[in-house]
Amino acid sequence: MMERKKTYIEDIDRGIYDIKNEFNYLFKTEKGLTPEIVMEISKAKNEPKWMTDFRLKSLEIYNSMPMPTWGPDLSDLNIDEIVTYIKPNTDMKNSWDDVPEDIKRTFELLGLPQAEREALAGVGAQYDSEVVYHNIRKELTDLGVVYLDMETALIEYEDIIRKYFMTLVPPTAHKFAALHGAVWSGGSFVYVPEGVKVDIPLQSYFRLNAPGAGQFEHTLIIVDKGAKLHFIEGCSAPKYNVNNLHAGCVELFVKDNATLRYSTIENWSKNMYNLNTKRAIVDKNGTIEWISGSFGSKVTMLYPMSILKGEGARAEYTTITFASKGQHLDTGTKVVHLAPHTTSTINSKSISKDGGYAFYRGLLKVAPDAYGCKSTVSCESLMLDNESKSDTLPMIELNNDNIDIGHEAKIGRISDEAIFYLMSRGISEEEAKAMIVRGFVEPITKELPLEYAVELNNLINIEFEGSIG
Amino acid sequence: MNNKLLSIKNLRVNVDEKEILKGLDLEINKGEIHVIMGPNGSGKSTLAYTLMGHPKYKIVDGTIEFDGEIINDLKADERAKKGIFLSFQYPEEIQGITVEDFLRTAVTSVTGKIPGVMAFKKLLKEKMKLLEMNEEYASRYLNVGFSGGEKKKNEILQMSILEPKLAILDETDSGLDVDAIRIVAEGVKRIKDESRSILVITHYNKLLDYLKPDYIHILLNGKIVKTGGMELADEIDKEGYENIKLRFANI
Repeated sequence: MMERKKTYIEDIDRGIYDIKNEFNYLFKTEKGLTPEIVMEISKAKNEPKWMTDFRLKSLEIYNSMPMPTWGPDLSDLNIDEIVTYIKPNTDMKNSWDDVPEDIKRTFELLGLPQAEREALAGVGAQYDSEVVYHNIRKELTDLGVVYLDMETALIEYEDIIRKYFMTLVPPTAHKFAALHGAVWSGGSFVYVPEGVKVDIPLQSYFRLNAPGAGQFEHTLIIVDKGAKLHFIEGCSAPKYNVNNLHAGCVELFVKDNATLRYSTIENWSKNMYNLNTKRAIVDKNGTIEWISGSFGSKVTMLYPMSILKGEGARAEYTTITFASKGQHLDTGTKVVHLAPHTTSTINSKSISKDGGYAFYRGLLKVAPDAYGCKSTVSCESLMLDNESKSDTLPMIELNNDNIDIGHEAKIGRISDEAIFYLMSRGISEEEAKAMIVRGFVEPITKELPLEYAVELNNLINIEFEGSIG
Repeated sequence: MNNKLLSIKNLRVNVDEKEILKGLDLEINKGEIHVIMGPNGSGKSTLAYTLMGHPKYKIVDGTIEFDGEIINDLKADERAKKGIFLSFQYPEEIQGITVEDFLRTAVTSVTGKIPGVMAFKKLLKEKMKLLEMNEEYASRYLNVGFSGGEKKKNEILQMSILEPKLAILDETDSGLDVDAIRIVAEGVKRIKDESRSILVITHYNKLLDYLKPDYIHILLNGKIVKTGGMELADEIDKEGYENIKLRFANI
């Protein structure tokens, strides 16, 4: 059942992340994309007509839009080779005991059931295209907190979904948003009622097991006035010889005085095109906090966007990108200050190694009447050798001059003197480099929940084990 | 019983293709304190870095024998495990790694054993107290934002925890006030015993007054040109290097 196979000799062993289960499914679509396939997905899900129409309309938009020509090379990505919908051979369960053994074991190795017992208030686990496990603590449902997979939410909260779904990230936003609109499946819906503070995080985990497949989960979170939530998302996939695609979509609605912390660690395998779209809209005095770790994938394009719509709204970003051999990770942040006295703080770090390419792309836009805004941007890049690359491209568009902006960018190579200093205390070269990298990302790890901080450090260690000759 | 700890024979070292050490000989026995003095650019720090195994310092000829083994080809971490320690003139600042975590990793590497958490904390606290270091430094990032004096004390702290057989102090006394020099000297004296040796590189006599070295060597133009006792240090303190330079102008 369980295979631990390396595709290429030079590949590092990513341990648990690379465990592949037998490809066992109940239903899947053919490769590629046609209106028939889109209707088939919608029918399999028993969706209302407006959603089927929405999907078909998105497909039209998808077909009418060109591939993006800026940023990383996407010419190897052939959507005709991607299976867009795979229903695992199980229904959704709310007890791990009922989840099929191989799937359950994968999530156990990823630490999800244990984290649920110890540190989470609710968990959703998606395997390929569908959510296979979902559970939330009763105390939270008693307070009116809703945490559901998107399919169930579409049935039980159809009006809310219809009102919000893909309004923040419309299918017209870009080609892959349109693709998402056409073939989305799975994901999470969270609603936190006015004034309710959820102190323990909720977590959704997205695992793509099938080869040559796409994952298109949709996350829709509404944090109502004065409420508070920490939502965590984890993503991973084992390595295959064919390209996989992840084009998820995250829409976050933060109402007046509400706070949402949204943490992600994406650890895709190195055959993955990760073209993900995330946006938050923040009302008066609300706060969105993005904690984001981008590891793995062949290509990533990810620029979480905050629209600060209400006066006094705040956005904070803490992001880390790690590009290793054969990876081009194009990540960044977009902030739009629409209202007066809005604040944004961006703390972004990237590491590139063994020929990896880390690109930071930032957009800061301030509207004409958004006076008294404040924005602080700090980007730091660390290159671990001479083959690796790193670039920073901040774009700033200011439409009034009553604003306070600070921008600091630092790109540097790992210091040989620092490595020697650590080695002179008996620490090996690999460990010295790993230590310096761990120290570099420490401001990020300390923002993460403990088990994620541990995971981040493990990912760094995996990258360094045996990688230096 | 062989009492020899370090034996350097005809050492020639290039940095960026330029010869800096030009046939240096030096022997240090267990339990001895040796001092290297010499004008700027004579090769003092090159000797320190070469002994520690910095990859930029290329040995082109000669041997370094430490504790009965030629260590020319060993990397810095392997030398540290054998018991060589360098107190840096300009210690590196490392973001995000606390002094305590760093030292625990270093001790684990050098001894091959993971020290117990509580026992290690206690040890660290004791050693810091002896060096009159505020114990909050244990949880600060390694040398980040430390003053010059604090960095030097932190070097001595690392030395006192790692307990090397040979400690090389590369201008550890530079930039220190008199109190700090005394504290550093006491720290060095505490680890020195009949089996451990110290190699001090310095420009000043203050530290030497405390340490009472066995030998003073004058390094000039990549070679040791003169060896003596404390009187040699006093002579240089009074007269500078000019006389010695003139005497050895032909080499």
